[in-house]
Amino acid sequence: MLRLEPRARPSAWMAWLSPLLAVLLTMLCGFVLFLAVGKDPVASLSVFFLEPLRGLQGWSEVGVKMAPLLMIAVGLSLCFRANVFNIGAEGQFVVGAIAAGALILRIDNDANGGFWLMSLALLAGVLGGMAWASVTAWLRDRFNANEILVSLMLVYVAELLLSYLVHGVLMDPDGFGFPQSRLFSDGFLLPAILPGTRLHPGILLALGAAMLGWLFLARSFAGFRLQVGGMAPLAARYAGFSSRRSLWLAMLASGGLAGLAGACEIMGPIGQLTPSISPGYGFAAIIVAFVGRLHPIGVIFSSFIMAVLYIGGELSQSRLGMPSAITGIFQGILLFALLACDVLIHNRLRWRP
Amino acid sequence: MSPRLALQQITKRYPSVVANDAVDLVVQPGQIHAVLGENGAGKSTLMKIIYGVVRPDAGSIFWNGAQAHIASPQVARELGIGMVFQHFSLFDTLTVAENIALGLPAGTRMDELARRIADTARQYGLDLEPERHVHTLSVGERQRVEIVRALLGRPQLLILDEPTSVLTPQAVQRLFETLRQLAGEGCSILYISHKLDEIRSLCQACTVMRAGKVTGVCDPRHETASSLSRLMTGAEPPALVHRDAQPGKPLLSVRDLTLERSHPYATALSGISFDVRQGEILGLAGVSGNGQQELLSVLSGEDNRAQAQAILLDGQPIGRKSVAWRRARGMGLVPEERLGRGAVPELTLAQNMLLSHQGGATVRHGMVRRRAIASLAHGIIERFGVRAAGPHATAASLSGGNLQKYIIGREVTRTPRVLLVAQPTWGVDVSAAARIRTELLALRSAGCAVLVISEELDELFEISDRLIVMAKGRVSPPISRTAATRDQVGRWMSGLWPENGGVGAC
Repeated sequence: MLRLEPRARPSAWMAWLSPLLAVLLTMLCGFVLFLAVGKDPVASLSVFFLEPLRGLQGWSEVGVKMAPLLMIAVGLSLCFRANVFNIGAEGQFVVGAIAAGALILRIDNDANGGFWLMSLALLAGVLGGMAWASVTAWLRDRFNANEILVSLMLVYVAELLLSYLVHGVLMDPDGFGFPQSRLFSDGFLLPAILPGTRLHPGILLALGAAMLGWLFLARSFAGFRLQVGGMAPLAARYAGFSSRRSLWLAMLASGGLAGLAGACEIMGPIGQLTPSISPGYGFAAIIVAFVGRLHPIGVIFSSFIMAVLYIGGELSQSRLGMPSAITGIFQGILLFALLACDVLIHNRLRWRP
Repeated sequence: MSPRLALQQITKRYPSVVANDAVDLVVQPGQIHAVLGENGAGKSTLMKIIYGVVRPDAGSIFWNGAQAHIASPQVARELGIGMVFQHFSLFDTLTVAENIALGLPAGTRMDELARRIADTARQYGLDLEPERHVHTLSVGERQRVEIVRALLGRPQLLILDEPTSVLTPQAVQRLFETLRQLAGEGCSILYISHKLDEIRSLCQACTVMRAGKVTGVCDPRHETASSLSRLMTGAEPPALVHRDAQPGKPLLSVRDLTLERSHPYATALSGISFDVRQGEILGLAGVSGNGQQELLSVLSGEDNRAQAQAILLDGQPIGRKSVAWRRARGMGLVPEERLGRGAVPELTLAQNMLLSHQGGATVRHGMVRRRAIASLAHGIIERFGVRAAGPHATAASLSGGNLQKYIIGREVTRTPRVLLVAQPTWGVDVSAAARIRTELLALRSAGCAVLVISEELDELFEISDRLIVMAKGRVSPPISRTAATRDQVGRWMSGLWPENGGVGAC
């Protein structure tokens, strides 16, 4: 019989291996799943995991998906390490997009745009995300309201707000009544960084955010204070680190990055405001953050895997006729497999006859 | 007659340590048998094996001459083994009778149970009211609930784990009378302790453990404290040199400090006044739970609800200042809980330096100076004899005593002007405790004002220059160590001190 035995000390090896094992387990589950619905499992898995990485076009599309996931996940890593459970990044993403979009629609005259005005729009996105996150932070700070519930519920408020706006004041007057805004003019669309692809500078911003996030957590005193507050609140009190400051810092950083991701999405691949600007990036990024071990460099790898899953999910819809839920299923299996594999960090498997 | 309990070659291994290594133990009927050893010697594991909480890897247990397999505490109770744990498992919001009923079969009649509780309590001189809610009881009364709970099962063997650490000297004497009466009726008692004097006055036999092994079996009434200590630690207790203090001006003053409690089970502080002077150690005695925690967080700044004027640092009102503000002006704190408060378990010793060293030497332009904190931590490991793999060992990997040496070292190297220390040697082995006390005395002689909060009177008498006693949220007038007697301090621990100075006040 296989038995779990506690290890004397956590295994450093398993801490690294566990995410890889989780990816393999996810593939194994996918194999069984495709088999069960009567598809050729090898061909289906290759559509899911290999097809997205075929050629420059494939890699650049993965990069397009990776940018928002990575940006949001870096912010969430800070947040979760401070024990602030902001699971409403989706809402902050949407409000960031609204803020950037509304600003662009206000100033866009078909002839302007360019670096500075686009930067201004991106900044509006950051501020929008921060504003939405600060609602949660304030309610937590002032009334000790649970940030998990508040931030989650604000996601739905944000989505309804977006829907209301694109059905109303932000609707394209020449759009035949479709609930969407005008297309932004070229001056407000992020340029492609590789000719012939849709890859936009958002991926560079995301990688930069990951580097800064790493520098903040691993090297700065403010990052140290944030993490002590998450690991040992009593020690943080003893040391005189303010838990309120940690709360605000974590919420504003993650809200700002989610808002930036929202702004990049509408100024990049989408090019306008529509009621469905996110395929659940804000929620998927929670998985990305945990699979990446809440480490700003680790989330680079996990956001890559998650982006492949998104594209693979789209491909298996068009090529294999799988339902759209397939992406969510794979994301869920991945998180579940990771949690299961993490048991092996503190325990080992032993064969006991 | 066969012995009540006999253990043969009991062995229990954990992944990183052998907790019990071929331990033999024989307890006769009606005998009060001490198990003596330092923290980590394996006493608690052994008791858990006897009570069925932990299964041994090897060895056998004989109960009244017959081999027994004690698979669970349920089996142990059926055999007639009762246990009083060091940490009570009582629900604050329930009454005494309800708490005891929780361990009994469903359908027990409450009125009958209350009568049995009252009868048993009376029989053994344990003053207890079954209808009282537990949160209104003192620590000593809570212990009586646990003892009565164990006695209701009519045990033939009663195990007590460090029962006196929470009691006043007078309450200890009452407990001893109860235990002697029980033993006289034929009940065997296993008495776990590291206090040599108690064992010598109470027990008829003693098994001494060190590092999981039995190092001796003796009659403690014929041993001296130093011979027992040698068996326990393998060395003579180091002697402490205590020079007289030359106290200067008051550095930390508390003036008529009164504070509402912050939650229902906290203790309110009322009318507290005292001074801690430059170059002295002021000892604060008292049974835990009488407001020490609350006082400490008010002094350190973790709780800054006090009136500004109620606490003065060098004459300046600081009652509302933050922890960081006070630390920057020379205050230091060694908290009671080491892991999780005094140090973050997952972080390295180097990183833990930043909890109190937050000046330009360790942080520059907002960035951590990693080489500087590592060399600071290295210096503390060397100077204070901390047994650790190095500055990059995690705090959780250190034993309690070594972590305490590190934390004391970390605070001492800041050369604080005022140092607050809670339970400096709680759960620390004898040699580390001596080291810590020596460092505190050295700090005092260098002109620091030190406030030591401790439950151990021996310790306070050893290192303090003056003593104050805390009871029910109030603090007694100060008394000089040389004028104080243990008996007097023990009485004061119940709140019975003369209101206006009185004998020996200074």
